[in-house]
Amino acid sequence: MSSSKFDENEILKVARLAQLKLNSDEALELSTQLKKVLDHFDEITAVDTTGIEPLITPTEIEFYAREDVVVQTTTAEDIVANAPDKMGHLFKVPPVVS
Amino acid sequence: MDILNSSFSDAQTALKTKKISAKEMTQFYLNRIEKINPKLNAFLHIDQSALKQADLIDQKIAAGENVGLLAGLPFGIKDLLCVKNMPTTAASKMLKNFVPPYDATVVRKLKNAGAIIMGKLNLDEFAMGSSNENSHFGSCKNPWNTDYVPGGSSGGSAAAQAARLVMGAIGTDTGGSIRQPSSFCGIVGVKPTYGRVSRFGIVAFASSLDQAGPMVSSVKDAALTLEVICGQDANDGTSSNKPVEAFSQKLNPSVKGLRIAVMKEYHHSDLVDPDIRKTYESAIENLKKLGAEIVEVSVPMTKYAVSMYYLISASEASSNLARYDGVKYGHRSDFKDLSSLSLDEFYSANRSEGFGKEVKRRLILGTFCLSSGYFDAYYKKASQVRRLLKNEFDEAFKKCDVILSPVTTTPAFKIGSRVYDPLRMYLNDVFTTSTNLAGLPGMSLPYGLNKDRLPIGVQLTAHHFQEQKLLNVAAALEETSSIKNEKPHVY
Repeated sequence: MSSSKFDENEILKVARLAQLKLNSDEALELSTQLKKVLDHFDEITAVDTTGIEPLITPTEIEFYAREDVVVQTTTAEDIVANAPDKMGHLFKVPPVVS
Repeated sequence: MDILNSSFSDAQTALKTKKISAKEMTQFYLNRIEKINPKLNAFLHIDQSALKQADLIDQKIAAGENVGLLAGLPFGIKDLLCVKNMPTTAASKMLKNFVPPYDATVVRKLKNAGAIIMGKLNLDEFAMGSSNENSHFGSCKNPWNTDYVPGGSSGGSAAAQAARLVMGAIGTDTGGSIRQPSSFCGIVGVKPTYGRVSRFGIVAFASSLDQAGPMVSSVKDAALTLEVICGQDANDGTSSNKPVEAFSQKLNPSVKGLRIAVMKEYHHSDLVDPDIRKTYESAIENLKKLGAEIVEVSVPMTKYAVSMYYLISASEASSNLARYDGVKYGHRSDFKDLSSLSLDEFYSANRSEGFGKEVKRRLILGTFCLSSGYFDAYYKKASQVRRLLKNEFDEAFKKCDVILSPVTTTPAFKIGSRVYDPLRMYLNDVFTTSTNLAGLPGMSLPYGLNKDRLPIGVQLTAHHFQEQKLLNVAAALEETSSIKNEKPHVY
């Protein structure tokens, strides 16, 4: 079915959505591999799932919310310590508004 | 004392009666790591603070203070869990320089229980893989034969534990990543029920499947570790408020009166290697001798487990890994000038350089599954089949207490032998993925050796939150394991 459309162009389109750059060799390799993988995964289309609610969380878990209390968990210094490029407590990025 | 063969409780008694100090024990394991790790590449980071941590435990023992259930025991942590002030790389170039300012809840609980954190263990990048070959820092090797993979993704945890570079290890399991390497390396590995263990501070792969668990040398040690790491956490909304039992104290190695099931779909699978079948069948025979009733259950939807698993986990991964943009942390490309760069170019350069091949493959697959026009056919469909699978397991567990099966179709394979065929690598997960999809607790117990002296485990699976039952059956079966006194080649 749909996977037969999983050619290099589709791969490059999806790669753009995933913010990944691929060269044409990588796109070709991925297209060959993922076509094969998806052809196999297409087996699930044979299952009748009419009226079946998708299962997202597999165990019965009572969701709860904690009190909305401000807690000091860390400091600004700790957080920016891992920044690849920074100025004081600010992260350096390309222009976001032109 | 025989430190290498000590159980957690033996070691603790020795510490409390001052036959050995925590510092001596830690030094003993640090020496082993230094000598043996170069042959295995199990450790990605060996922590210099280990002896200091041990000193503190010794001081507490001397002062007569309560030191906790795991006091003084050297633990290794899969490098997917954040440990404050230790590098946490997920075995990825993306996080090569990342040092978290906080502990994962599992790590905090281990520290509170007095465990010594020895360092961080190798894995497949972002836990995506079944062989530990997808690590940015090189393959980890199987201590039973270093030409073979230790399994994955928690390969470093399995190898370190099997070669006794630590007393206990922590792994994570999204589709078999604790159980498969435990089987390949001949150790005990438990994947708890979804929601038993907090996921806070664990680098997320597939949030509806991920669970952390113990990878240790005996069922009793697994029970004690589980007791420490389980429990509700305000930082993880999916952690369960079910009370955590004193698993180790309540451990009852008996199967009398229990119904142990073989699963029709796995039992008759022609994919199973003959040595694995022999080991699995000997486990059935021994369970009978121990007084269990052997029954058969059927879970037909397990046929689709691998497909469901990869569609769902890749989709969740594509969303979870969207956070790696090279802004606040993580790899950033060596840009000469940011001012003329578009945001898209910036993100995609950082991500393309930071992620390895397998991660990219799954991100592309997951992004495709969630993209307009394919969402219903893949992600939604797989999630619907997932409910059918869970319903079938719910029915099966009305007829049995625990399900016994093989862990994998083959024993450990040679390094490099499967990397070129992703589908073949994925299909190896046929017996482990359904456990995660249905949120069940499962474990691997070492039970035999194949003709090449590679370990073989058997898998036990129980219904939600039935860890005690799972451990009880495992403890009974452990007594009959033919691999009990065997040691790996690298030891």
